[in-house]
Amino acid sequence: MSEYIEHDKNGLSVGIVEKKFFTFARPPKEMTLENGSALGPVTLTYETYGELNPDRSNAVLIMHALSGDSHAAGCYSKDDAKPGWWEIMVGPGKGIDTDKYFIVCSNILGSCMGSTGPGSINPKTGKAFGLDFPVVTIGDMVTAQKALIDHLGIERVLSVVGGSIGGLQVLEWCLRYPEVVVSAIPLATTPKHSALTIAFNEVARQAIMADPNWNKGDYYNGAKPDLGLAVARMIGHITYLSDESMRHKFGRRLQDRSDFSFNFDADFQVESYLRYQGSKFVERFDANSFLYITKAADYFDLTRQYDSGSLVKAFSRAMAKFLVVSFTSDWLYPTYQSKAMVKAMKKNDLDVSFCEIEADWGHDAFLLPNERLTALMKGFLERVYNETAR
Amino acid sequence: MSTMKPRDSEIRFDLQIIASWIEPGSKVLGLGCGEGDLLHFLKKNRRVTCTGIERNEDKVAKCIERGLTVLQGDINEEVLDYPDDAFDYVILSQTLQQIYEPGELVRSMLRIGKRGVVSFPNFSHWSVRLQLLTTGRAPITKQLPYDWHDTPNIRVIALKDFRRFSRETGFSILREVAINTDHHEKSGNIIKVFANLRATYGVFLIGNNKG
Repeated sequence: MSEYIEHDKNGLSVGIVEKKFFTFARPPKEMTLENGSALGPVTLTYETYGELNPDRSNAVLIMHALSGDSHAAGCYSKDDAKPGWWEIMVGPGKGIDTDKYFIVCSNILGSCMGSTGPGSINPKTGKAFGLDFPVVTIGDMVTAQKALIDHLGIERVLSVVGGSIGGLQVLEWCLRYPEVVVSAIPLATTPKHSALTIAFNEVARQAIMADPNWNKGDYYNGAKPDLGLAVARMIGHITYLSDESMRHKFGRRLQDRSDFSFNFDADFQVESYLRYQGSKFVERFDANSFLYITKAADYFDLTRQYDSGSLVKAFSRAMAKFLVVSFTSDWLYPTYQSKAMVKAMKKNDLDVSFCEIEADWGHDAFLLPNERLTALMKGFLERVYNETAR
Repeated sequence: MSTMKPRDSEIRFDLQIIASWIEPGSKVLGLGCGEGDLLHFLKKNRRVTCTGIERNEDKVAKCIERGLTVLQGDINEEVLDYPDDAFDYVILSQTLQQIYEPGELVRSMLRIGKRGVVSFPNFSHWSVRLQLLTTGRAPITKQLPYDWHDTPNIRVIALKDFRRFSRETGFSILREVAINTDHHEKSGNIIKVFANLRATYGVFLIGNNKG
């Protein structure tokens, strides 16, 4: 997702921000995970933007996707070349307005961007967890986020916002802590992964595990499984685009050459793009985290959780007002999946708005500058804020 | 004929009539709600809880931006998801003439709502009759401004036809108002005499037959 990060074209930004840390679940009060195991201490890195109002009613939680982090907006210093990953959406006067709302974005449990994950040191052994790290779920990630919110003194959250795997967390929040969530914006997401999505994730995981350097997850003192992780990322990038966007972006154009090489170099621009994205990704991401997070996303299934058996029953727990958004060319989390949740919300008499945005850019559309999406989110947040303040 | 001066001319005259029928504090579903003028008015002035359904993305976005709860979708399908009596009123404003299966839709409206409101342009207005008679071509009016080949209005309905439709489909007309609107449609008259001939629009409050 980082390929899109750019500075705001109007120069609007929340400015200099700071990465913070919150550690909890210290032994013997470890966190009990969905798979039954105990984990602790747990650290979450997070950032906050804007001011919490006196009655603490303006908190907005942003959930990041697979490879994101807590750095949603702003820069760490004046010389910082790149702002946070959702700089186009989060800032003064933007879709999520930092002049109005107190925004919290934390790195998910199991990731490698500062929060506790498979690359963290296992206190029992003094070495990196590797595969000794328990398989965490989207529910576990949300439970950890709730601990952070409690720590920040926020009892009710005005809105929980996120796309893709961030959207899974949004839905989980609404069912796990219904009385806490006033409103929710699940973007380009799904109530459960389809076989297609699981299939892509599995191929990506196999690419990592087939890399000899992976060494059953124990590679933190040696060479890393960079090749496997790069291939995994390449697969991911294909799923984030669309036939349409790839035709626009690359077509069959050749990269830095006028004719075929007649060997296996990157002849086509699309090959070159994928190789570049793959090689860039390994500099910042941990292969084991990729395995854990994709597995958590594959396990996620609202119809299975809470002994519900059906989406309608699952959403009977929810109390939030919803804005559901999908994108026409998203084939990773297609519109029919958003519509299925909307249907279940309607059957439960929930306040739900739904818009399918016409966009050529596939699943990634929610991260790209999109005036429509910005206006939708802005209008929705203003409304729920006004209705809550009343 | 009684002249009705609009109290609040921020919405069209026909919508003002509908708004005047909606009990404050009730729950309303607007089918084919467009940019949400009526729903916005009801929410602001009558403390109504409302949801809209609209097919067009631009219009849906406009609604959500102005703080309304609106779903993008096909009204014929979207109504199927709601439980019985989910709303106090289900409004179908100036859309009936575009519906492929009006009987089905009206039945759905009265399943999910205690009351329905249906309005449509009156095809038996004298100007329509006169045009057909004098020009011999499919009439084009201010209320139905399309050529036959590019119109979204696949049905032509007269006020009389709707009354017969209610008997055949098995629902009751609880209230009906025939209106004539001025050029800007912000104000108009209620027509009581020879309405089928003189009214440009009909607005009906409907309910299930008793018993």
